[in-house]
Amino acid sequence: MFDLTGKNALVTGATGGLGNAIARKLHAQGATVALSGTRENVLQELADDLGERAHVLPCNLSDAAAVDALPKQAAEAMGSLDILVANAGITKDQLLMRMKDEDWDTVLRVNLESYFRLTRAALRGMMKARWGRIVGITSVVGVTGNPGQTNYCASKAGMIGFSKSLAQEVAARGVTVNCVAPGFIASPMTDVLNEDQRSTILAKIPAGDLGSGDDIANAVVYLASAEAGYVTGQTLHVNGGMAMI
Amino acid sequence: MSDVLERVTKIVIEHLDVEAEKVTDKASFIDDLGADSLDNVELVMAFEEEFDIEIPDDAAEHIQTVGDAVKFISEKVG
Repeated sequence: MFDLTGKNALVTGATGGLGNAIARKLHAQGATVALSGTRENVLQELADDLGERAHVLPCNLSDAAAVDALPKQAAEAMGSLDILVANAGITKDQLLMRMKDEDWDTVLRVNLESYFRLTRAALRGMMKARWGRIVGITSVVGVTGNPGQTNYCASKAGMIGFSKSLAQEVAARGVTVNCVAPGFIASPMTDVLNEDQRSTILAKIPAGDLGSGDDIANAVVYLASAEAGYVTGQTLHVNGGMAMI
Repeated sequence: MSDVLERVTKIVIEHLDVEAEKVTDKASFIDDLGADSLDNVELVMAFEEEFDIEIPDDAAEHIQTVGDAVKFISEKVG
């Protein structure tokens, strides 16, 4: 099940914890991976660790021209682009009344506009091949909301609406478009929480624990697989039950 | 012109999976050749690639038949 041998995947934000886990899982299932992110040395370390079937493609997602070009570079490096995982994202948290234009613009550009650009550029090859998998990494807060994150939540909710629309446009061509919405995932950010903060968060999670990068990566592998071919326009929530939507 | 016609015909046959004799000058992509709106977009993109030209959206809207495509492309590639 979920064999990705012969498939070529581009993962953005591969320098982060989630992107790292996603790239590793796709690779472990047999896919060739193109790793993208801003820090080339981190990407190279991951590629070295993976060994064969790994390519490094640094890209700054706030640079529109660079984003437009990335899927093509990935297809050239790997021979085709069958799976796109748009995982890169940033936060610039601030209560709305204090939010600067720049905080809004940057988050929307990196999180949402890059998804549009990457997808548009990746689609051509997928349409021709009559096979493609687009997976956007959104967030539980894109559906539930979260104070201090109007910009981030708007970008993540935007990814979901975008994916549903595109899914309808391209479903007849064997291309699926889905999102994975992580809940609270263990990361360097959650490692520094104190015991009180930690227990407050855990009290909201029926599963009683934070999620791991692998929990998210497993969901991505499923949606990227041939087995998920009839699943499109969906958001798969992976959150230990903290929000049931 | 005949070269353009030949290449356009080839793309249409391949893309829409139709028989060669159906791809006549007056054949409408949607009404006669079974294309949907997405097929039309893909055809236009395939023409752009094949002939290394740009077909703006307002022009693409008027390319409804094989003849329309051949005429537009012939004018573009001179």
